[in-house]
Amino acid sequence: MKRSSWREYEKEIAHDHYYYARSCIRQNFFPGSETTFLRIMRDVLGKDIYDDPRHTSCTGIGYHTDIVPLDTTMAVVARQFALMTEAGYENMAVSCITSFGLYTEILETWHEFPETEARARENLRQATGREFRIPKNIAHTSDLIFHNREEIERQAVRRLVDAATGEPLKVVEHIGCHYAKIFPKSGIGGSEFPYVLAGMVEQWGGTVVDYPERRHCCGFGFRNYLVQANRGFSIANSRKKLESMAPYKPDMMVANCPGCAMFLDKWQYALAEMENTTYGADGRGIPVLTYEEMAGLVLGYDPWEMGMQMHQVDVEPLLDKLGVKYDSAAKFLGRGGKYIGAPKPVAVNSFSGDRLYRIKQ
Amino acid sequence: MSAIEWGYGINAPRTMDLDRNDIGPAREILAEMPEWGACIACGGCTATCTAGNLTSFNFRRVHTLVKRGEYAGAWAEMNKCMLCGKCRLVCPRGINTRGVVRLIKRKLGDY
Repeated sequence: MKRSSWREYEKEIAHDHYYYARSCIRQNFFPGSETTFLRIMRDVLGKDIYDDPRHTSCTGIGYHTDIVPLDTTMAVVARQFALMTEAGYENMAVSCITSFGLYTEILETWHEFPETEARARENLRQATGREFRIPKNIAHTSDLIFHNREEIERQAVRRLVDAATGEPLKVVEHIGCHYAKIFPKSGIGGSEFPYVLAGMVEQWGGTVVDYPERRHCCGFGFRNYLVQANRGFSIANSRKKLESMAPYKPDMMVANCPGCAMFLDKWQYALAEMENTTYGADGRGIPVLTYEEMAGLVLGYDPWEMGMQMHQVDVEPLLDKLGVKYDSAAKFLGRGGKYIGAPKPVAVNSFSGDRLYRIKQ
Repeated sequence: MSAIEWGYGINAPRTMDLDRNDIGPAREILAEMPEWGACIACGGCTATCTAGNLTSFNFRRVHTLVKRGEYAGAWAEMNKCMLCGKCRLVCPRGINTRGVVRLIKRKLGDY
């Protein structure tokens, strides 16, 4: 049967005036990405985005691990909406995929079961005396970068190409499961044709690697990781993806979910220690970037200002390939030139000839 | 190898990787008994199996795994078969199931 419309795969994204909901875990793992996002939105795109210090965690991780009850989660989310309403905003820009999935899930729940919304409103009123309006538009922040990818390209100082050869970089894109796998209509391209990251990569000159396990989970899965006994399952999922992508020799990975970027990055260290296996070129790891970092590199931002020294897998080989000028000596200098400490050398970042380089060809 | 005590290992996958499995022995069995290829996996053999009523033996499961190159434990499982031949009486495709059991045991003794 002929598909009547692709409209169901499209998504409405607000053009301006956003209330920014930060992620709790991203600020630890990729601490410069959210600042980079705000810098791009304000300085490059000239958008109005409100960064509110009063909002809290969405409780998503506690909710998905069955620690925080649903009613508590709904009340906390209702409070975020109340803060947005009080600040005079109607569009929500959510930094975290877990939060984005949770807000979407709660709005759907309220839509299907209005009594749950009434209960959440009453709980919020009793606890804080606040009222809220349902957001007109909820977008993940990667949606906003995707939405403005052409303007970013116009202001770009470089493209995602090998500076020496002009060849497009091979990019693995990984989209968080809670972006569109729970409610397909909430994501660009739905769960079948998610295009949010691929659209950025292609717009900025790279090519997307279409490997067999492209849509496989990164392995985080909340309780799969949070319970130590289950971590073997978590790392097995990441390994499955890495083994699947390695033969395509990707230059980098890009993810739009805090957990995915963290696990795809840090599990490479664990796999190198456990199995003596690395998956990138020259026996090193494959650098994992957030989409803000990728956009920042395209716009010519300093990698250390974007916090890229906090990655587990070193990004220097990628920066060299892109032709990015950076100061190696400044890598571990923080604010005001203060030395923040350097990590010990680890297997995933240092190639030596005796390392076993096991990639299924 | 790692000197770090992680407290967990990497779980072995439970999915079948047909690209990696050695399909040779299964092909040899199929060559000697082509009718095995006509199996529709209805499970009649398992439903009527005397050994299956007394133990966890599941003939359909084991021979299907063998067909896909998953041989681990197949020989030991097939030893549970009492060779009574009831499965052969009910097979809608007329497969010599007892013969399949004996062939699997003969071919996979080393696995």
